[in-house]
Amino acid sequence: MANLYSGRKRRNLVWTGLAYGATGLGLTMLVIILATLLWNGLGGLSLDVFTKNTAPPGVVGGLLNSIVGSLITTGLGLAIGAPLGILAGTYLAEYGRNDRLATVVRFINDILLSAPSIVVGLFIYELLVVPVGHFSALAGGVALAVLGAPIMVRTTEDMLNLVPNQLREAASALGMPRSLVIQHIAYRAVRSGIITGVLLAIARMTGETAPLIFTALGNSLFTLDPTGPMSSLPLIIYEFARSPYAEQQSLAWTGALILTFAVLALSIAARALSAQTQQK
Amino acid sequence: MSDQVAAPRPANAASANKDKVVVRGLNFYYGKTHALKEVNLNLYEGQVTAFIGPSGCGKSTLLRVLNRMYDLYPGQRAEGEVLLDGENVLSKDLDLNLLRSRVGMVFQKPTPFPMTIYDNIAFGVRLYEKLPKSEMDARVESSLKRSALWNEVKDKLHASGLSLSGGQQQRLCIARTVAIAPEVILFDEPCSALDPISTAKIEELIDELSGEYTIAIVTHNMQQAARVSHYTAFMYLGEMVEFNETNNVFTSPRDKRTQDYVTGRFG
Amino acid sequence: MDRARALSRLKFADSGFRLMTLASALVVLVLLAGVAIALFAGAWPAFHEFGFGFLFSDAWSPPREKFGAATAIYGTLVTSLIAMLIAVPVGLGIAVFLTELCWLPLRRPIGVAIELLAGIPSIIYGIWGVYYFRPVMQSYIQPFLIGTLGNVPVIGFLFQGPPFGYGVLTAGLVLALMILPFITAVSRDVFDTVPTVLKEAAYGVGATTFEVVGNIVLPYTRVGVIGGVMLALGRALGETMAVTFVIGNATKIQTSILAQGTTISAMIANQFADADPGLFTSSLLALGFILFVITFIVLAAARALLASLEMKA
Repeated sequence: MANLYSGRKRRNLVWTGLAYGATGLGLTMLVIILATLLWNGLGGLSLDVFTKNTAPPGVVGGLLNSIVGSLITTGLGLAIGAPLGILAGTYLAEYGRNDRLATVVRFINDILLSAPSIVVGLFIYELLVVPVGHFSALAGGVALAVLGAPIMVRTTEDMLNLVPNQLREAASALGMPRSLVIQHIAYRAVRSGIITGVLLAIARMTGETAPLIFTALGNSLFTLDPTGPMSSLPLIIYEFARSPYAEQQSLAWTGALILTFAVLALSIAARALSAQTQQK
Repeated sequence: MSDQVAAPRPANAASANKDKVVVRGLNFYYGKTHALKEVNLNLYEGQVTAFIGPSGCGKSTLLRVLNRMYDLYPGQRAEGEVLLDGENVLSKDLDLNLLRSRVGMVFQKPTPFPMTIYDNIAFGVRLYEKLPKSEMDARVESSLKRSALWNEVKDKLHASGLSLSGGQQQRLCIARTVAIAPEVILFDEPCSALDPISTAKIEELIDELSGEYTIAIVTHNMQQAARVSHYTAFMYLGEMVEFNETNNVFTSPRDKRTQDYVTGRFG
Repeated sequence: MDRARALSRLKFADSGFRLMTLASALVVLVLLAGVAIALFAGAWPAFHEFGFGFLFSDAWSPPREKFGAATAIYGTLVTSLIAMLIAVPVGLGIAVFLTELCWLPLRRPIGVAIELLAGIPSIIYGIWGVYYFRPVMQSYIQPFLIGTLGNVPVIGFLFQGPPFGYGVLTAGLVLALMILPFITAVSRDVFDTVPTVLKEAAYGVGATTFEVVGNIVLPYTRVGVIGGVMLALGRALGETMAVTFVIGNATKIQTSILAQGTTISAMIANQFADADPGLFTSSLLALGFILFVITFIVLAAARALLASLEMKA
């Protein structure tokens, strides 16, 4: 009896030790990566980065066109992807639930969710770049939307499934039409969860490089025109990180720092917001 | 079957009772399961009717037919007649939301909406009426007073409805239902998740609301049925076994099964 | 009647909303079909030219217009396998720590920190991998592996060759780090769905944390955990940027996991811009189509597995 117990205790100790170790490893890697970014990126951080466009080697340049390009392509992706994803997720959880169509859509969405971003890039290339004859930020935005939407479909459905049926019944019992029950009760009950899904999607879209290579392409000039090629932070990091010139490598690190901290700051702020609404 | 179902008109003054809801030959199916069999019942205006019976007897199902809550789920269907002021509630082209605005419901577990106490009440009202702020304030206040919650929440109307205790939440749900002025209120075991003190408050409230509203209450607690209701319907295995004045059901039941149940021999 | 009028005003919006959700759900279907059709159409010249041999040929010669997918497929599968072998246990370990072991006030900050790891864009893993992780691999980890595991019979061939720093193993490890937080985030969320009473009941009869996790938490949540692992595998198979930087981009199959290689996505990213229209571009699109099909099969298999687990439960 005592032996059995000590064996169980030892096993428990080993396994919990491994869990502690895994967490330590994860946190250490996070610290290392962030420290690397700060170490390499801070040096290049100056006003020029935000006021000048990318330049050829030897000329003092910045990242203005890439930063603006990132905002525009991600914004386009979100504007197209978020309504699509949230509404489709709503169909799955609220209207479809058990019907055949929902089962198929759920299955397909799971595949899209894990569909390689580069494949989506190729698809949009074939769909919007080849027929039009040139690259465009809009094509980039659509590619990002295709990548972001499934995340929001999934989280929206999962979250809405957490809404107790009794809450829906209670709202229906007041004579509330189904769409209002969804919009004002169900969405609200799981708002922070849906926001988390949207943020995950934004994070993914902002950081995506591969699908933009064949769609938005990149552009060394400043542009606001979504129908033409456009730069973005990931694209310029991809280009400059492989450059032999030290000043371009330095800009790549600075861009990486900005990109990472923008995404992380956004996600932390949103988390704080959702925690606040939950408390209220 | 119908010969077992007494549809009694009590000999005393209650003969003045006016039918609010009349159920005739109601059958209900969950898929293939026949959950209600040829049920007949009258809910009298301004009276409280309790549905009692062992678990699974169909008392909650019957309640959920009265506002067609079952319609939210595919595969559930009802046949027969449920007349609300003479109009068949089971009719296909009935406006469900309109029906539910006339037949309110309070659930087993408190179900405050994820919004402020004020909005919990105002939300339903806004569906039907565009009220100026002052009138809405008055409506919220009167509903909260009607449900004996006003004194406890008047200083925190803009706190979340979820911040209230269970009993308070349940009274908030009653206030929300009362605010849109239904004609009938259905209570589905409203006290089963509450402590005795909260239960007493809800029972008191039901008593106060009767007269103005026609009330049906499902309860597994026979003392509660005896305390709050004027009429009692005893159901067993999907059948309406006995329906009579509460007093009669508890003191001189006509059916052996009713007698066994109310004396605690099964269930 | 006033109420009826108020409600009928809402009717239009009510059915409009329903239709919008339905249309959005249908768009999801159209998207996947679109990906398959567009890629297959683009890949057709290559498939037509090389036939099934395209899958098994390790040739990749733009000047001679000879193309095959075997090298890229091999690299994709091996890097993903390495990544999963490391990320699944570590990711689950962190999830267990967060739900069962962590001191309550630290639970949220540590959870957020791990989620931040997921927020870091993949290109960052790429640039970090090539400037920092690759030198570490080259100077320490690869020489160590060559000196130890490289001499072990049977598996030794996996760990031989010169330490380049670049290579399949390096890519697999960076991938592992990338997908780790996905596994953790999903597992933690599903672990949290285990009813507290269930766990308390087990702790109540004297079970250890390990036993509670093994006998209550994991069985209760396996469907969700597999879902998370599936998500991670999908990312690993198709991840481009982190891999492109560190894998070395050698279009040749080598048995050692220390050797340089390539993956489908790295190949497309590297060569698409320079590819001539015609067979070269078509072959890259064919690679994309194959990657799409592999992902599809992995996910379909995972689904089937889920279904069988559900039935047993």
